[in-house]
Amino acid sequence: MGKKSSLRVIPVKVEPVSSLTAAERTAVLEVCARLKPLAGALIPILHGVQGALGYVPKDAVPLIAAELNLSRADVHGVVSFYHYFRNEAPGRHVVHVCRAEACQSVGAVALEAHAKKSLGIDFHETTTDGAISLEPVYCLGNCSLGPSIMVDKQLQGRVSPKRFDELMVQARASS
Amino acid sequence: MSRTRIFVSRDAAAQGVGANQVADEISREATQRGIDIELVRNGSRGLLWLEPLVEVETAAGRMAYGPVTTDKVAGLFKADFMRGQPHALNLGLTEEIPYLKKQERLTFARVGVTDPRSLEDYLDHEGYRGLKAALALEPAAIVTMVTDSGLRGRGGAAFPTGIKWKTVLATPADQKYIVCNADEGDSGTYSDRMIMEGDPFVLIEGMTIAGLAAGATRGFIYLRWEYPDAHAALEAAIAAANQAGYLGDNILGSGKSFHLEVRLGAGAYICGEETSLLESLEGKRGQIRYKPPLPAIAGLFAKPTVINNVISLASVPIILDRGAEYYRNYGVGRSRGTLPIQLTGNIKRGGLIEKAFGVTLRELLYDYGGGSLSGRPIRAVQVGGPLGAYMPESQFDTPLDYEEFAKIGAMLGHGGIVVFDDTVDLAAQARYAMEFCAIESCGKCTPCRLGSTRGVEVIDRLVAGQDAAKQEIVLRDLCNTMIQGSLCALGGLTPYPVISALNHFPQDFAKQRAAKAAV
Repeated sequence: MGKKSSLRVIPVKVEPVSSLTAAERTAVLEVCARLKPLAGALIPILHGVQGALGYVPKDAVPLIAAELNLSRADVHGVVSFYHYFRNEAPGRHVVHVCRAEACQSVGAVALEAHAKKSLGIDFHETTTDGAISLEPVYCLGNCSLGPSIMVDKQLQGRVSPKRFDELMVQARASS
Repeated sequence: MSRTRIFVSRDAAAQGVGANQVADEISREATQRGIDIELVRNGSRGLLWLEPLVEVETAAGRMAYGPVTTDKVAGLFKADFMRGQPHALNLGLTEEIPYLKKQERLTFARVGVTDPRSLEDYLDHEGYRGLKAALALEPAAIVTMVTDSGLRGRGGAAFPTGIKWKTVLATPADQKYIVCNADEGDSGTYSDRMIMEGDPFVLIEGMTIAGLAAGATRGFIYLRWEYPDAHAALEAAIAAANQAGYLGDNILGSGKSFHLEVRLGAGAYICGEETSLLESLEGKRGQIRYKPPLPAIAGLFAKPTVINNVISLASVPIILDRGAEYYRNYGVGRSRGTLPIQLTGNIKRGGLIEKAFGVTLRELLYDYGGGSLSGRPIRAVQVGGPLGAYMPESQFDTPLDYEEFAKIGAMLGHGGIVVFDDTVDLAAQARYAMEFCAIESCGKCTPCRLGSTRGVEVIDRLVAGQDAAKQEIVLRDLCNTMIQGSLCALGGLTPYPVISALNHFPQDFAKQRAAKAAV
């Protein structure tokens, strides 16, 4: 092609400006490369990025968009639609507190108030020592043994305020 | 002498009350005493108030002890529980516990019995007999069998499963899909979770049969992220099934192929709605689609798609194995077969009860459930998830049957029953229903997106007594708009808990006014 045409085609790939560290960038690109072949790859990729980094950094969005040949708006739209994806780094542990009806019937409203008060934060916030992020969740599928919370990926049932405090002490003690 | 088998559930609900620690303690104690045991991490029997439940295999059958805490383990060994000896926690033979004995376990036949990670165990307990029967049939014959069984969608909408399959079979395409809706977001439900954790192979078998019936070679399980244990169980089972030739390019040498993968959701209630789920699987925002076209004609990636709930698909193997008639003989009216009921919330004996349709709420709440956990009178139950009606005691004699529930403006949904005692404030529950809809609305249609937020505001004004009579008119009118004008069930059903609370418990909406008047 180059020989016949007098026009030189210079391939240009615009690299989005980014505040990601080299390691973060590598992690995002690795996830994209691995999962891109999947049909409907965007959500698996976002899970992959959040799994690797703990969140989907704002500056990962243009990178993922470029890799999947989507617009940044497309990717941002998906990230922001789903409650699970976060664009702020979480604390060392993420605690999900169930707000749904079955847990309400056995004291979830009081537990939620206790959790916010004892940690000194609201939902979607992280304690000042960086240990715990608090999130609401709508059903953990433990409706006969509520109130329920999930500490990282471990379900806990029959969580009284006292038990909540114990679990937070345990979480803070672990890495 | 062979090693004694001890069962401690791996189910997430059991883990949540300490099953892992109990299992570790049993292993440690056995090692210390020089006793050789085989510790099996089974699914849960569904007797959740007895978790962590420990079972020991004896000559007479499996003996149950529960709820066991780590500090009780040494005492159990001392009492020789290994030979099923008496102990304060001894519950007798598991199968003789009335809660379990009175059930009709078809779909859940193996849950709690087998090791969910063992394909061998599955095969030893009648596993994959449905698939073998299906492989000998023409696709149309499989569809007929499912239609004749009377099986209706267990996700909540209760659409006949066989009809969906028939449409996909009749629609020619180069690629078709089987999608399992495992986005079990309704509060008060966990039967999908329990079966995926406790017997993942039965779901895989059901989906494979659906693939044969509809001519689909690829399947997806759309699983909510909140179920990490189910995810691990499914991945392990899919790997084992692929390895043994039950999935893949040449299923049991038949020349038929079926490939299955799990995809995780990301915390959006709306993705339990089938078209929203398909959008999400395609990697997009989970916004619902207009229907038609039906997913059976143009579903995932615009190809014909069977989309069924976990329990619907997991009920297929037994239908293929035992025949349509066998399944159909359970149930009442047009509700055939069994329903895995989840008795939850403020209830003394909460758990999973698989029963033929026709059992009444009262039997479930008092005979099975033993009344409220708090010991206070049961004031209301919500059946069918966050979009289900609040039912007062006067409706507790309603039999569990899709049509009987529809008659009184209620719905069975996915079979979840949430119990509330007399401390419940139904005005607060009605407000929560609107709040939940506002948080989870996909935003596509106005009645749901805006109606839910306006609903919260109107309820607040009504409860505060600002022009109460007028607010009630506005609220009912708003609910009517949402019911008539919403695109899908989220906006269309959110008014049910609201209206039922308003109709059956009007005093809860007038409490603040009454208190003010008294001052």
